[in-house]
Amino acid sequence: MSLYLLCLSLFLIGLYCVLRKRNIIKIIVGIIICEYAVNLFFVLVAYKIGGRSPIHSPEQAIENMVDALPQAVVLTSIVIGLATTALLIGIAMRIYQKYGTFDITKIRELNG
Amino acid sequence: MSREHDKGMSVIVKTITRLTVGLIFLYGIHILSHGHVSPGGGFAGGIIVALSFVHLMLAYGKDVALEKLPRGVTSLFEGMGAIIFLSIALIGFTSGYFFINFLAKGEPFRLFSAGIIPLCNIAIGLKVGAGLFAIFVALVLLKFDTESKENKK
Amino acid sequence: MIDLHLLLIAMIIGAIIAVEVKDLLSSVVALGAVGLVLSIAFLVLKAPDVAITQLVVEILALIILIRATLRKDLPFSASGRWVLNTFIAVCFIGVILVVAYKCFKDLPEFGYPIMRVAETYLKEGLPKTGAANIIASVILDYRAFDTLGEATVLFTAVIGVLALVRRIGRKRADETISDKEEY
Repeated sequence: MSLYLLCLSLFLIGLYCVLRKRNIIKIIVGIIICEYAVNLFFVLVAYKIGGRSPIHSPEQAIENMVDALPQAVVLTSIVIGLATTALLIGIAMRIYQKYGTFDITKIRELNG
Repeated sequence: MSREHDKGMSVIVKTITRLTVGLIFLYGIHILSHGHVSPGGGFAGGIIVALSFVHLMLAYGKDVALEKLPRGVTSLFEGMGAIIFLSIALIGFTSGYFFINFLAKGEPFRLFSAGIIPLCNIAIGLKVGAGLFAIFVALVLLKFDTESKENKK
Repeated sequence: MIDLHLLLIAMIIGAIIAVEVKDLLSSVVALGAVGLVLSIAFLVLKAPDVAITQLVVEILALIILIRATLRKDLPFSASGRWVLNTFIAVCFIGVILVVAYKCFKDLPEFGYPIMRVAETYLKEGLPKTGAANIIASVILDYRAFDTLGEATVLFTAVIGVLALVRRIGRKRADETISDKEEY
């Protein structure tokens, strides 16, 4: 329970950054922190006390493995996160090229 | 950024890069091809292969890396990965349903086992590596573009 | 589980630094530290596949972010309705905290998951698919549709980035000759 709450507080830090900051790069940082927290929460739910990693070995029979399904889901989610982050950065750099600033409140004033 | 900076970093970095970049590439291939018997798989292996080219580009400048892997070849690899993955899925219709494991399972814990899983790993690795390297090249070229524009003003 | 608590607290400290520091480059580097600690946390949680992927993805994301923020450290404009904005943000976060705390009570306790689906995969994964790595057999055999969808999303993202940076489209008259070689 306490681990879940710590993971939730990590998510909330990222949410605060997205809501409050004005720099586009800071907003991207907040989105990435939220993504880390969600990925970590999936793997936390999958953990089993005294479990082993879900990979069979030729020498010994491994019992008591951890849950493999959330790990497989997170594996695809991480790569998608990198691709969407790159897309966000491309949009941010285009905005900088056009308006000359990263500040979201000044973008409207400087159109040209 | 000046013209000398375009051509890469110092001699020390270039020498170390020349020694290590092949090993990084081989490690990526190993992770990619042993994805069904050990940790790793197509995603991690593809990104390590892409990182070896990124390393080359950071040390030697964009011309050398794009000479080794031109942009058209990157797009070709990415499309090829997607088509291989989809065609493996479609061949499954000949013996049942979508994504059926139609090859022989083989002996466990060997490199050539597990039917279509190593082939799918290779397809995913090609797709992920080529796609992320294309993204990196596009962003780096956009960066140079912005700076040259700023210098002109 | 004291080690996991320490790793999570280190991640929270790194995240606070990444959010609150003024310099953009320092913020991005602190974010990289958070990602690397997250990779160690995955390793402690017995997920080596996810740990390897997180490590390499983190390095590539860090390189891209540093390229974007190099020599562009703009000062923050702290003017405006500081008190009101912070108050609204904190109220919103407080509501989410209360709701999430009530939701967490219904979850299974940490360390005792409900493995109704995964039990089949763990028991029959090796004889049915022949792959020793259960995660590979899940993402490429049992649930390959997920991976197909992931490939589609990745393809769309690559096309989006390439369409963002191309120069052909709307071009002004004075740039037509000079920038012909780029895209």
